[in-house]
Amino acid sequence: MTGHVKHRHRSERDAVISGIGQSDVGRRLDRTAMSLTVDACLAAVADAGLTLNDIDGLSSYPGGLMDGLNPGFGGPGTDAVQDALRLNLNWHSGGYEGPAQIQALINAAIAVSAGLARHVLVYRTVWESTAQGSGGRQGMGGAGSGGGRARMGGMLQYLLPFGAVSAANWLAMNAQRHFHTYGTTRETLGEIALNTRRNAGLNPKAIFRDPMSMDDYLGARMISTPLCLFDCDVPVDGSTAFVVSHRDYAPDVPTTAVGINAVGTALHGRPSWDQRPNMEESPLRAAADTMWARTELTRADVDTAQLYDGFSIITLMAIEALGFCAVGEAKDYLKGGHRISLEGELPLNTAGGQLSAGRLHGFGLLHEACVQLRGQGGERQVSGKPEVAVVANGGGPVAGTMLVTRGAS
Amino acid sequence: MEDIFPARVLPTVDRQNRQFWTSGEEGKLCIERCTDCGAWIHPPVGICYSCHSSSVEPTAVSGRGTIYSFTINHQPWFGDIGSYCVVLVDLEEGSATQPLRITSNLIGTEPDNVAIGMRVEVFFLNCDDVWLPQFREIR
Ligand SMILES: [Zn+2]
Repeated sequence: MTGHVKHRHRSERDAVISGIGQSDVGRRLDRTAMSLTVDACLAAVADAGLTLNDIDGLSSYPGGLMDGLNPGFGGPGTDAVQDALRLNLNWHSGGYEGPAQIQALINAAIAVSAGLARHVLVYRTVWESTAQGSGGRQGMGGAGSGGGRARMGGMLQYLLPFGAVSAANWLAMNAQRHFHTYGTTRETLGEIALNTRRNAGLNPKAIFRDPMSMDDYLGARMISTPLCLFDCDVPVDGSTAFVVSHRDYAPDVPTTAVGINAVGTALHGRPSWDQRPNMEESPLRAAADTMWARTELTRADVDTAQLYDGFSIITLMAIEALGFCAVGEAKDYLKGGHRISLEGELPLNTAGGQLSAGRLHGFGLLHEACVQLRGQGGERQVSGKPEVAVVANGGGPVAGTMLVTRGAS
Repeated sequence: MEDIFPARVLPTVDRQNRQFWTSGEEGKLCIERCTDCGAWIHPPVGICYSCHSSSVEPTAVSGRGTIYSFTINHQPWFGDIGSYCVVLVDLEEGSATQPLRITSNLIGTEPDNVAIGMRVEVFFLNCDDVWLPQFREIR
C-alpha cells in the first residue's frame, strides 16, 4: 500500500474558479460540437469578467482523439478550440488518461500554481445525443452497427466480444456484487434516481422533469440487470466551461470566486472495468483518501455533494468511498432518501445529475457545485448559504475528486 | 454453433494476445504465466507484475472457475436477439487477492438461475480467426 504524500504546500489552493458557463443542453440539438463549445467558453470568460485576450491557458477532457470510440463522446480538442478562437496560450493540455474528467480542472489549477498560466479556460463538450441519432444509446466500438465484424484492441477487446458493449453492462456487475455482498437492493439505487428526478423538477435546463415514484422506477424496463432505464444517465448535447484563475484575481471576480480546497488524484490497484479484486468498492476510494489528507475540512463540513452518476451504482459507491457511510452501508444511509434530499444533511446532485438533467460527463456536476456555492441555485438552492461542496468524477476504472469552497480556500 | 450476435466485435489478434484468443482451437484456454515465479497474468502484457520477469508463457488452465459477478443484458444493442448473460469468471488458478478473472458469457442456464458462486467450465466459440471462451454451468 502506497502511503499518502505529506503536503506542506497545496498547489490547488493557489487557484480559484473565477467563471462558469454552459451552452444550451438538450437532446439532438443538431448543433456542432464546436458551436456548443464556443458558447460555453465565451459565457465562462464573460462570467469571470475577462475577455479572450486575458485567457492564456486552455485545458480539456478527453482531448481531440477520442471520438472514434463512442460517437459524440469527445468534443473538439484544445488545438481545434485554440485555432477557432485564435487564442495565444502560455500553457495547454487536453487528454483522456488521468483522474477522470475533472483532471482537466486539476491540471489547470496546477498550471496556475506553477505560474505557467494566469487564466485557464477549461471545457468539456458532449454531443452523444445528436451523434448517436434516433436509435438510442449505442454500444461501444460500433457493436451492433451492422456491416462486418469490427475489430478492437486494448482493454476493450476483453469485454466487447462478449456483448459487454456498454458501461451499463460493466457497472451492472459492480451492482450485482454489491447486492450479493451487502444486501443492497434495487430500492437503494432507486433512491438515487428519485432524488435526481425531484431536483430536476426545479432545474429548467433538465431533460427529465416529470415526477417519478418508486413504483415507476421499479417498473422501468431492464437495461442490464440489476440496472434499469432510470439507473442510466441520459445522453445529451451540451458543453460546460470554467475559467481557473490565480487566487489573487479572486477579489476582482464579478460573482463569487470558488476556491479549490483539495483535490484527490490517487489510483491504487488496477485501472480496469473487470479486474479489480473487490468490485463492490469504487476506485474513487484512493483518490478520496488522498483528498481528505490534503485538507483540514471534514465530511461534516460538506454542505452539498455532486457525485458522478453516469449510473446510479457509481454514485452509491462514491458515497461510500468518500466516507459518508462505510462500504456496504449505503442501503441504510440512503433509506427513504432523506439524507440526500435538498433538505437533508448531504444534498446530492441538486441540478438533477446526469440521470435526470443530462450526461454532461462530470463537468455538469462541478458546474452545479459552483452554482450552489455562489447562491445561484434559484428554486433548487440549498438553504443556509453552502460553503463547501464535494465533487467526484469517474468511478468505473478511474476516478478523481475535488473539494470546493465559497471564496478562495 | 450459430453466433447470437450478428455484429459481434472481435479482438485484433496480435503477437501478445494470440494464444489467449486462438488456443481454443485445440480446446484449451491459455493464460499468460510467469515461468520464474508462477504468477498468472491477464490480460497478457509480456511481463510479470510480481517479479518483473519477461519470461512469461501462455499456459493452459483447467478452464474451470466460479462466477464472480454477472448481468443479464436486455438492451437491444444488437437488435432484437433476446437477453443474454455476461459473466465474470474467477478461474480456479487465481486467489482472492489475485483473482484470475475473465469476462465471458454463460450459455445454457436460464437467466433466473444464474448466481454468483456458480461453478462453470469453459468451451469455445469460433468466429473467423478467434476462438472465444464461453462458459457453461458444471451440473
Ligand atoms: Zn514472476
